[in-house]
Amino acid sequence: MVVPVLILLGVVFVYPTSIFLLRAFTHFNPPQVAGLDNLVWFLGDETNRIILVRTFTVASMCAVLTAIVAFPYAYCMTVIGPRGRTIMLGVLLLSMFLGILLRNFAWVILLQYQGPLNDILDAIGLDRIRFLGTAPAVVMGMMHILFPFMVLPLYSVLNGIDRRLVLAAQSMGATPMRAFRQVYLPLAMPGIIAGALLVFVLALGFFITPALLGSPRQALMSQLMFLQFDLQAAFGRAGAMAIVLLIIAMVFVILSNIVQRRSRAYGDAS
Amino acid sequence: MAENPGQNAAEVRFAGVTKTFNTGLTAISKLDLDIRAGEFLTLLGPSGSGKTTALNLLAGFQAPTTGQILVDGNDISGLPPHKRNIGVVFQHYALFPHMTVRENVSYPLKQRRVGKAEMARQVDDALRMVSLQAYGDRLPRQLSGGQQQRVAVARAIVFRPRLLLMDEPLGALDRKLREAVQLELKRIHRDLGATIVFVTHDQDEALVMSDRIAIFDAGKIQQIGTAEELYDRPATQFVAQFLGESNIFTGSLRRHGDTCSIDSPDGVIRSGTVADTLAGDDAAIVVRPERCRLFERGKAPDDWNSVDAWVSDIVYLGALRKVLLTLASGETAVVICQPDVEIPAGPEVTLGFPVSAARTVTAQWN
Repeated sequence: MVVPVLILLGVVFVYPTSIFLLRAFTHFNPPQVAGLDNLVWFLGDETNRIILVRTFTVASMCAVLTAIVAFPYAYCMTVIGPRGRTIMLGVLLLSMFLGILLRNFAWVILLQYQGPLNDILDAIGLDRIRFLGTAPAVVMGMMHILFPFMVLPLYSVLNGIDRRLVLAAQSMGATPMRAFRQVYLPLAMPGIIAGALLVFVLALGFFITPALLGSPRQALMSQLMFLQFDLQAAFGRAGAMAIVLLIIAMVFVILSNIVQRRSRAYGDAS
Repeated sequence: MAENPGQNAAEVRFAGVTKTFNTGLTAISKLDLDIRAGEFLTLLGPSGSGKTTALNLLAGFQAPTTGQILVDGNDISGLPPHKRNIGVVFQHYALFPHMTVRENVSYPLKQRRVGKAEMARQVDDALRMVSLQAYGDRLPRQLSGGQQQRVAVARAIVFRPRLLLMDEPLGALDRKLREAVQLELKRIHRDLGATIVFVTHDQDEALVMSDRIAIFDAGKIQQIGTAEELYDRPATQFVAQFLGESNIFTGSLRRHGDTCSIDSPDGVIRSGTVADTLAGDDAAIVVRPERCRLFERGKAPDDWNSVDAWVSDIVYLGALRKVLLTLASGETAVVICQPDVEIPAGPEVTLGFPVSAARTVTAQWN
């Protein structure tokens, strides 16, 4: 049973990915000629470094903000009745089934200068704001698309937390706020970390949202890779950039594994 | 430590407390209950009888729909749980899984901003009380069920609450361990001097541990008293059946001054007393199996109650033997015999018991 899956993954995933990454060391456009030239080109150029830092910042903000927004949603799913939970889950999945492109265009409409959001600002006497082409617009769009990836792992952890622990803490003299902070939150941490990591890694490589809601002057890594790959046919440079992103993603996956293994809350929500 | 129990113990009063849930279910109706300072009171009843709800109301996890709960004469209805200063041991312990035993036990002290040295001393005291000094650095999941249970107790008593609530704390332990912990809890109660309200559905546990037992059914207290009072003088058929085994005869009641009898399908059963708690004429007569004896058919003493019976089984319980009987009416009855008592050759026998052992109680469905 496993073998066909492995073969399929090998053919459609491992092979093309490795070829692409290998190009970083085998494919050169002048002035790069050999060896690590592509990586040196990427890290040596200041614009590239700015884009890398911007991508990292946007992805981190996405992870943190999505976690903050998703926590109440996931918590609500654990306390609401089964009917409400089905509806909340349905809304989540429905938004996932709508195409990414469609959802991004929805944000373009919402955020444009003559769009509904600006109409509201106008109506309450505030100035219209140019959202489109800014980093906040990109973050907002990405948060919307990545929201389910945060909620689902978080919900599964929160659902396993015995809520009587919070009552127990209160019976011992903790205010509801302290009971939440000292007991509930530490136990929720594995879910928050898992969800935020997923969002962060996915956000690192996001292409459509920054392309539609952002602007070339606020470009992210994926846009730069597209530029090198598609317009300049510099496969080696694009491969070098992919390697950098991959390393960042792997560093964070490993870090979070270490944190979770050290955490006493991990693997025991009972 | 408990030279002056009133000082370390709280007095509790439920005054006309009713709890109705959003679903319309009334878990407790018009509960009046006085809990004396320093006593070990057990709330005993089948599941869904309202005993756990009573505990939750006292702890402040739920609010009563109507009525008042007074601790030492003060209405605590408006107080949130964290201001009540009541120790709670939860059914499945509710230990904080991400904290060590020490951290769990020091949690209540941390909330009270107790100084470091003082905290260490009190935590040591509490751990010593439950014999867990050596386990301070373990996590709850590294402990056995019995050890976890003791951590839960240590955590609930470390801040010296004057009132301690326990919700089926021994339910998850195996029988042998449970008996050991029962005795340990009694000792802790003595040392601490606090009032303890203990919820269980296990009648043996209630009998072993309690100063008094309140028997709950359908959101009401059926009867409250010492184990002896409840066992020897049950007020209702429910109490007689729930606490220990009983043989029960139902039928229409006839009063003869201070005594009475019942015309049951198995003949007239006489009782020496009319319970003062008896309401109306809807009554049953109960007799405990160990007060009954078996005779050859028709050989029971004349001044005893006697009923024709057929032996259906004999169960050996080690020290005792339990004889299962079928009566003429089809009802079953039980007799418990000491080892030196001879059981007449059956299957046709007579079940006999002294009139003084028969007690009239309020029938179940009133």
